[in-house]
Amino acid sequence: MPEAELLKEAERQLMICNACRYCEGYCAVFPALELRRTFTKGDLIYLANLCFDCRDCYYACQYAPPHEFAVNIPKLTAELRVNTYRDFSWPAILSGLFKRNGLATSLITTGSLIVILLLVLAFKGPAVLFGAHVGEGAFYRVVPYAAMTVPPLIITLYGLAVLLAGMFRFWRETRGGLSAVIDPGALGRATQDAFGLKYLRGGGVGCNYPNANFSQLRRWFHHLVFYGFLLDFASTSVAAFYGHFLGWPAPYPLLSWPVVLGTVGGIGLLIGTSGLLYLKFKSDRLPAEGRMLSMDIAFLALLLLTSLTGMLLLALRETPAMGTLLVIHLGTVGGLFITAPYGKFAHMVYRYAALVRNSIEQRRRDYP
Amino acid sequence: MNLTQIFDVLVVGGGNAGLCAAVTSQRGGARTLLLESAPAAFRGGNSRHTRDMRTMHEGANEYVTGPYTEEEFWDDLLRVTGGETNDKLARLTIRESKDLGEWMPTNGVRWQRPLRGTLHLARTNLFMLGGGKAMINAYYDAASRLGVRIAYESEVRELKVRDGEFLSALALLKGALHEVKAKAIVIASGGFEANIPWLKEYWGDAADNFIIRGTKHNQGQMLKELLKHGAKPVGDPRGCHAVAVDARAPKFDGGIVTRLDSVPFGIVVNKEVKRFYDEGEDFWPKRYAIWGGLIARQPDQIAYSIIDAKAMAYFMPSVFPPVGAGSISELAAALGLNPPALAAVVDEFNRAVRPGAFDPGGLDDCRTEGLDPPKSHWARRIDTPPYFAYPLRPGITFTYMGVTVNEQARVIMQDERPAKNIFAAGEVMAGNILRKGYLAGFGLTIGSVFGRIAGREAARHARG
Repeated sequence: MPEAELLKEAERQLMICNACRYCEGYCAVFPALELRRTFTKGDLIYLANLCFDCRDCYYACQYAPPHEFAVNIPKLTAELRVNTYRDFSWPAILSGLFKRNGLATSLITTGSLIVILLLVLAFKGPAVLFGAHVGEGAFYRVVPYAAMTVPPLIITLYGLAVLLAGMFRFWRETRGGLSAVIDPGALGRATQDAFGLKYLRGGGVGCNYPNANFSQLRRWFHHLVFYGFLLDFASTSVAAFYGHFLGWPAPYPLLSWPVVLGTVGGIGLLIGTSGLLYLKFKSDRLPAEGRMLSMDIAFLALLLLTSLTGMLLLALRETPAMGTLLVIHLGTVGGLFITAPYGKFAHMVYRYAALVRNSIEQRRRDYP
Repeated sequence: MNLTQIFDVLVVGGGNAGLCAAVTSQRGGARTLLLESAPAAFRGGNSRHTRDMRTMHEGANEYVTGPYTEEEFWDDLLRVTGGETNDKLARLTIRESKDLGEWMPTNGVRWQRPLRGTLHLARTNLFMLGGGKAMINAYYDAASRLGVRIAYESEVRELKVRDGEFLSALALLKGALHEVKAKAIVIASGGFEANIPWLKEYWGDAADNFIIRGTKHNQGQMLKELLKHGAKPVGDPRGCHAVAVDARAPKFDGGIVTRLDSVPFGIVVNKEVKRFYDEGEDFWPKRYAIWGGLIARQPDQIAYSIIDAKAMAYFMPSVFPPVGAGSISELAAALGLNPPALAAVVDEFNRAVRPGAFDPGGLDDCRTEGLDPPKSHWARRIDTPPYFAYPLRPGITFTYMGVTVNEQARVIMQDERPAKNIFAAGEVMAGNILRKGYLAGFGLTIGSVFGRIAGREAARHARG
């Protein structure tokens, strides 16, 4: 829907919600909209990012389609969120990546894989891919240490910069003040809400996922993905520390911190992403938004692929398959990090900002 | 679904009362069939538009803020009905409401902690998490898990009854007529407020301008059949609960969002630009319950609530934006009213306003003097542009007329004998207890209590 039309439609639907208020027990969106009588663009962006797509309100709504009022908050806010990720990302020229995110993510990941493969072939030759490498520095015989550390660091820093810039713009455009951020209580509450996935609890009943029945599955799968990702991130950081500061190069023994953290995180990611993908495929399409669904599936598939190749690499690292697996794994990791600011990964920063905003205004109540 | 079998219990109507009856009957060991006339997306009758239920309870808990005793409940009921109730059935309803707060969650219904939208009812009423449709969804889920057969788009057209004994029902199921047999029947099909020709018998052409707040499926066909077969009626046939709703509301199923509570903060004129009632007479819910009827008696059943900018913050936001203008004359023109006439009415009102301390939360001393009709409270000059208006029409919530029942929810025939195997629950019998006035959340209480009783007794009868 064109932007102006979408904002008008959003205001129409939220006016209905504001006159009804039956859903206020499910999540933060409804108590937040009750603080307003009119909805500016900033309000709409804020409320949309406060929505966790649990869909409880959709199935509870007496005005959901086929009712002529056609209220469909999950679909509406998903559309606004995709626009948020697109409009607040940088540079603007890349905003097309949000249009067909599934395709874009696949192409970028494939590209990343091909580049790594070509570089390995060019500098190390095909033999290195199929030989068995064991012992200290085995991985670096396939991909040199510098090549494995410097580009990822640059890509990660770039992604972080883009996401932080987006968060900053989000904060400014939803009329948040700078002083408001310096509110430890509100930050603490928001962080607790974020880490506990409070709004996937739906007032205690869980999400209406994949259909009208209530279930906590989505929340548990999301926890596995999030904490699995954090553990893997910790594993990589520890490994980098070992390699860089202790001069102790990978691969590490099975009972080392990097391998244990990575394995536990990897298993979490495998289960979590498979579960969420399963829920996505089974889920009702009526409250879904096409671009968001494509983005969700692309991100989940890439996370699944990354953890799967990572686990395979661990299992087969002493066999001749290691070289090929390493290239594939690094290719998917490359795709994941390059697309991070231009896909579903971005939801983290906007959701968190929205939670902080919500926590502040609920403390002050009279705001704005 | 095999409909040629003989069911133990047939429940007609899939709103709150019918669902309570169906799950209770099935649990009581009776093979139960539920026929719902609406398609699945619109199932649940008027219950899909509800939000809260009044129950007797001894103290505060997670979901209510304080006690609501049998005596207080009873007093509230006497106050709104002016004593016109069936004491025995009313007492039964109040007492049996006591365990609903625990029983309903066993069917998947969830309660909500008191929040801001709970309209000063947080002590007396339990609020469903997500509202009535969420409650209905839970019941349907529970019913199908229990093994209740459910058919949508299934409208019962005729009942075969002989000497107070139900024999079979003729039902139109997705376009084909079937004869459905059961050992007992529970009628839980609501009132007749969506049947405009029927309303016209009492209201004349005015009924064409009524807005029906709930389902269009409440045609009263079962009520008509029961009366035809000699059931004893109860309640004023003309009686209906009518509130002021936005005239731009859809004809059916507008539900909660079309109600307007701007009346006490301005003046209300009819299409002839005349005021016709004291806008500041009383609080919600009394004023809420009378304005529908007041507007129904105006020419073309339309009225206009006129307010100014300073009134906007004092009532719940409405789903439709108000008509706004920089001056009263422009506002009149936008509404299609006579501009000099509206300016004159507002002038006259403004001159009559006496100074006072405005208090939207109490019966304040802001009133008019020498005005007919007067405005007794919250009278403040309409002098702060922009000016706003909402067009109002009568919004019919439910009708009061029903069939008489006894304490087993058995329908009573005109010779005062109870029917052998015909039970009724919900709006179709609520007139036994509430035949005038309104008590928020009490319709669901009656429906739940009598739904359970009807389901239990019907199952008992069917299983011999």
